[in-house]
This record gives sequence, structure tokens and C-alpha cells, in this order.
Amino acid sequence: METLFACCIGFLTACGVFLMLRGRTFPVVLGLTMLSYAVNLFIFSSGRLTLRGAAVLGTSEQYADPLPQALVLTAIVIGFAMTAFLVILAIRARADLGNDHVDGKLPESEMSKKESR
Amino acid sequence: MWHLITAPILLPFLTALIIMLPPVHYSPMRRRWVSMISSAIQLVLAVCLLLQVQQQGLIHYAVGDWQAPFGIILVADTLSVVMVCLTSFLALGAICYGSAGEDEKGSFFHPLFQFQVMGINGAFLTGDLFNLFVFFEVLLIASYALLIHAGGKNKTKAAVHYVVLNLTGSAIFLFSLAVMYGTLGTLNIADMAVKVAALPAEDLMLVKAGGLMLMIVFALKAAVLPLQFWLPATYASASAPVAALFAVMTKIGVYALLRVYSTIFGENAGPLAGMASDWLLPAGLATIALGAVGALASQDFRKLVANLVLVSVGTLVSLVALQTELSAAAALYYTVHSTLVTAALFLIADLIANQRGKAGDRLVSGRRVSQPILLGFIFMIGALTVAGLPPFSGFVGKLMILQSAVEPVTRILLWSLILLSSLMVIVALSRAGSILFWRVSGTEPGGEKAPGLQIFAVIWLLLASPLLAVFAGPLTALSQQAAAQLYDTATSTNIILGRQSVQEIKP
Repeated sequence: METLFACCIGFLTACGVFLMLRGRTFPVVLGLTMLSYAVNLFIFSSGRLTLRGAAVLGTSEQYADPLPQALVLTAIVIGFAMTAFLVILAIRARADLGNDHVDGKLPESEMSKKESR
Repeated sequence: MWHLITAPILLPFLTALIIMLPPVHYSPMRRRWVSMISSAIQLVLAVCLLLQVQQQGLIHYAVGDWQAPFGIILVADTLSVVMVCLTSFLALGAICYGSAGEDEKGSFFHPLFQFQVMGINGAFLTGDLFNLFVFFEVLLIASYALLIHAGGKNKTKAAVHYVVLNLTGSAIFLFSLAVMYGTLGTLNIADMAVKVAALPAEDLMLVKAGGLMLMIVFALKAAVLPLQFWLPATYASASAPVAALFAVMTKIGVYALLRVYSTIFGENAGPLAGMASDWLLPAGLATIALGAVGALASQDFRKLVANLVLVSVGTLVSLVALQTELSAAAALYYTVHSTLVTAALFLIADLIANQRGKAGDRLVSGRRVSQPILLGFIFMIGALTVAGLPPFSGFVGKLMILQSAVEPVTRILLWSLILLSSLMVIVALSRAGSILFWRVSGTEPGGEKAPGLQIFAVIWLLLASPLLAVFAGPLTALSQQAAAQLYDTATSTNIILGRQSVQEIKP
């Protein structure tokens, strides 16, 4: 289970970093979303992975650490709000700047491609 | 009085809510007055809190009465309360400036401003790393919205970079917190200091990785060299009162670096002691050089001031890397001085830009400003202060910094870089000043005179500089006391954790 979990976090992080390095705002937003998923799973694993662990004392033989669960919840809520804000900002940047490139203007190579078409 | 420590967080929060509710929200004048009066009260309460900390020593407050290593605590020591006082002082000036008309160029200026003050104060007062993350997010989301206040192409472009970078920073912050929690089992700063001191050898590298990731996050917030590219564009495009408040945002990164690397990874941390210094010292020194070169190369005045922010951040980070009481005391004094003077310069840049017509704050010949004597005088005071010339506070700050470098190698590096960068800043500012005020075309002035409230705000912020110089004696004593308290980690952890060791109170 640990291996699968670690591979999953690693794969999500790799995808997130790759997408974040793209030049358009939409892939960047997706990349950040993937990265925040990876982060959430990672925080969850910091309380160690236990199967069928109870979070409340006196109800089970085996306990799960409740703190990472609370931390994940906070991180999810904050990440969600931030992503929503970023999406709106990206739409506004598309309207204000006339394109969806992160620098607000298309690089010259793409401009010439567009003109030749 | 025991609950006074929550006031710097709760009061801005409640003010923001009140401003958004109907009786206040409908009228711009009411919004302004509530915001200004609340900021004045916040300043008074922050000074009261400082007096309380002076009398009683370190104060900690268990939120919801959940005791230290398990619940979230707020900690007020001299360092954090001085930073809260600084924020309140700065916020009052910035709100007065914004209330002269800038706030009506977009919606929800005052609530967002108060939320950001809440986040900043919370970040200074918290004693828990995850809570620090939460307050960082509070101040960041308010700052995202404030940055695009009043709209415009430049602001949107700068905001996209700023938001994406800070979201990446938050993700790294969470990664490092998870690593620390997984190995140390706690996120309370005082408790972490205890756990790091007794760390088993196999967890050493993990904690080191987590600690250094934390350094990346704080360096991004503070804008240290390889992570500073967002700062000039962001600060130069933000509207003036927002840029003035942002002057304290980089200092939060520096404060967090100082807190984490002197408390958690301080002298008692064994093999991890001082692990960030090797990275921070060269990065800080390079930031000073880059900021000075950037100030010389700037094409407009606001970019120039943004580069001065970089110079001050570089200086502060180098001081943090020295990790001595003297350097921490110098850093605290210099933080107060540099924050207020760069904020004042952002406001002055806006006043000048408004009066020069089309030329704005670009360093080209333009129309005459309509109040040349007044603006020239406050520009001169601001420039002398930020360059570190006597008799203003910059001189005292620089002197403390130069004295705090004791080792020969750091002394050579720090002295030469700080003195050279001061010279470059003087050259850049004299060039900017002579172009803005003397190279004028035409005879009629460009714009209307500045409203009295804006002049008051600038003078309020600039007034701090001669005051900091006149009362340099008590203030250096205060910063030395703050530094001594910061490095006395044994006492502070004992007070916060209630003297019982953690094993005894575990169920």
C-alpha cells in the first residue's frame, strides 16, 4: 500500500510540475490543482497509513492520527478557494490582455506561426 | 487584559465584516471613517500589547483553552509585537492615503485591506506552523484581490504571476509541514524546538529536507535572489496604498525565517543548527547587489522603489543568516525603518505621478508638478532616509548592521556590499529626483494639487524616520531585548509548554 501511495503522489506531483511549466494559463491552473491533490495525499500520509483505524479514543484497538485529517481538510478548503480565484483571474487576464499566455503576450515564434497561417 | 493578544487579529476581522454590512456599506464616507478609526484603535491596542509584553515578558494564549502542544496558541514576544505595531502604524497611513479617493476606483477596498491586516497580524502572533500557513493564505488571498484593485492590464498581468507563484509556494509550504509533522509529530513551534533537539539520527535528513523546503517558501515570500523576479512588477503595478501595505509583506517572510531558524533550528538543534545560513547569506548578499543595480537601471520611479525593497530584503536576510543576537537586533530596527520609508516612497511616487500629467512616474522630462516645494521636500527626506544618510533613521540602522558583522569574512562582504549599494542608491535617487523635479517642459503644472489627507498620510509615515533617529537609544535597547528574548529559546519553550515535559501530559 505504501508503494502504491508513494507512486501516486509522485506521479501527481510530476504531472503538476510539468503542467505548471506550460505557457498557457489553463494548463498552469490544472497543474496547480494536481499539485494540491498531491499535497493533500502527502499530508494525509504524514500521520502514517493505517487501515480501519478509529479517530476517537476508546472505540477501537487501532487508532489513526486525527491531526493530519484536520490539516488535509483545511488544506483542501484553502486550495479550493485559491483555485477558484485563479480560474477567475485567468479568465479576466484572457479578456484584458487578449490572449491566454501567462506573460500576457504570445512569444514571437507563435506569433509568426499565426501570421503565416 | 489577558485577551488583548487576540485584538490585533479579531479587530480587523470584525471591522471588515462591519464595513460590508448595510448601514456602513452604503456610504463611502462611512466606510472610510470606520476603517480609519478602527486602524487608529488597532494602533493603540498594539502599543498596549507592547507595554504588557514589556511588563510580563512573553505572553502565550491558548485559543479555546486547548493547551500548548495540542491546541493552537498565540505567542506575543517583543519581536512579534513590535512587528504588529509596525503593521498597525503602516496600515493607518495607507488607509488614510487610500481614503482620499483611491478606494472608490474598485469595490471592497476597505474590507480587503482589513482582512489583509488581520492575516499579517496573525502571521506575526501565531505560535503554530500550520496556523502560520493559514494566516499566510488569509493575507495572500486579500492581497491578490487588492493587487488588481482598480483594474488595468499591467495589474492583471502582474497578478497572474504573483498568484501562480504564491500558490506554488503554498504547495511547497504544505509539503514541508507534512514532512515535519511526519517526523516530529508536532507543529507547535516551541514543541518542535524541543523535538528537534532530541531527534533520532535516522530522521535527520528528512527534517533537514523539510526545514530547507520551508526556507524556499519564506525566501519566496521575502523575495530573495533566485525567487525575487515577481517583486518589481507586482509592487510597481499595485495602486499606491496597496503597494505601501505590501512593503510589510516581504518582511513577513524575513520574520518567519528569523523565527524558524532561530527557534526551531537554533543553537540547540544539534547537527541541524544554523543549516539555512549557508544558503541565506550568499542569497541575501546577491539580493542587495541585484536590488542596487536594479535601482540604477529603473525606467520609472515606482520600479526604483520596488528595487529599494529588494535591497532592504537582501540586507535583512543577510542579517538573519548571521544568527547572532546583535544581528537580530539590527534586523529588527532596520525592518521598522525600511518598511516605513519604502511605504512612504511608494506614496510619494504616486503623488508625483498624479501631478506630472502624462509622463506619470516615468523618468523622462514631463510637466512641472503643481506643488514642487512640498513634494520636493518630502522626496528629499524620503531619499536621505532610505539611502542611510545622517541625521535620519537609515543612518542608525546601517550603523547597527555594520556593527553586527563580527567575523572577518562576513564583515568584508557585508560592509563592502552595503556601503556600495548605498552609494548606488544615492546615485539612482539623485538621478530620479533631478529628472522628476528639474527636467520640466512647459510652464503650467500637470495636475491638481494633492488632497490634504494624502499629504497627511505621507508625512505620518515619514515622521517615523526622524523619530526613530531621535529615540534611537530606547529603540535599540528594545530591539536588543527582543533579540535576547528570541534567542533565549529555553525560557520561551518552558513558558509556552507550561514546564511539564510533553511525555507527562500525553494520555
